[in-house]
Amino acid sequence: MADITGVTVHEEHTSTGLSSTKLAMWLFLASECMLFGGLITAYMLYRGASLKGPYPEDVFDIGYTSVSSFVLLASSLTMVLAHNAALEKDYPRMRLWLTGTAMLGLTFVGGQVFEFTSFYREGLSLTTNMFGTTFYVLTGFHGVHVTVGVLMLMILVVMSWRSSLSDDPAFPVEMVGLYWHFVDIVWIVIFTLVYLIPTPQK
Amino acid sequence: MTDDTQTTEHATQAPAHAEYHPSAREYVRVGLILVALTCIEVYLSYSGLAGAKLIALLLTATVIKFLMVVGYFMHLKFDNGRFSRMFALGAIGALTLYAAVLLMFGVWGK
Repeated sequence: MADITGVTVHEEHTSTGLSSTKLAMWLFLASECMLFGGLITAYMLYRGASLKGPYPEDVFDIGYTSVSSFVLLASSLTMVLAHNAALEKDYPRMRLWLTGTAMLGLTFVGGQVFEFTSFYREGLSLTTNMFGTTFYVLTGFHGVHVTVGVLMLMILVVMSWRSSLSDDPAFPVEMVGLYWHFVDIVWIVIFTLVYLIPTPQK
Repeated sequence: MTDDTQTTEHATQAPAHAEYHPSAREYVRVGLILVALTCIEVYLSYSGLAGAKLIALLLTATVIKFLMVVGYFMHLKFDNGRFSRMFALGAIGALTLYAAVLLMFGVWGK
């Protein structure tokens, strides 16, 4: 379907002329915007509303979280490179990039587990204050999404090894890629709103 | 019966569409811009800048990063416009709804 110039011609035999699976994926991602929008709004509503510490400035390590952000950005790049390799029917390279993406995703999740553990040791639990509740729920939900993405990537790699992917492996790679990039854009927003914008002083 | 006929007609008339796929080099370039923007964001947070100016700069960088990932990595810039509209429905809907909630509770005044 793809030629060397990078132009792919698709013709879908549906009433819309578009892939229903892809349309459904975009609809799902649109609904995920509402989910994360709600969680981010809850965090924003209760910013600076905690009556006792630890407060964000007591526990956040911007340098550490920045590295996590770079890891997730790098994973988005490896994901598109996997899709590119799939379009060129270079399946060994596709598997390599998919595995790399999964490893970067695992690194991000590992970093988040470490961050949560250190925050807990500093006295911030889910029920300590409003900051703890909204922070853990928001970033925890995001972490679960990354974990699900890693599982999907690993399943793709295994299916590709077993040659049990469809005739056009670029399509499932694209679908998983859309989910993965969405998880990345959610983190882009969380990183700025939660970590970088200072909490208002009471 | 009429609906079935219309659907079939529509399906047979569905045009093939050509999609442009950026090269690996272009993707790497976009990735580097994203890294540079993130570095700027982190620098800004340490720069001592405060208040509305800092928030405006950080949000601008975030919006640019968001649009770059959605446009290039998620391919919306080159894909059929209906996918963009589908996603915009959720994204702009969420933004409008939650911005109204934050305004209602006076979060911007803090």
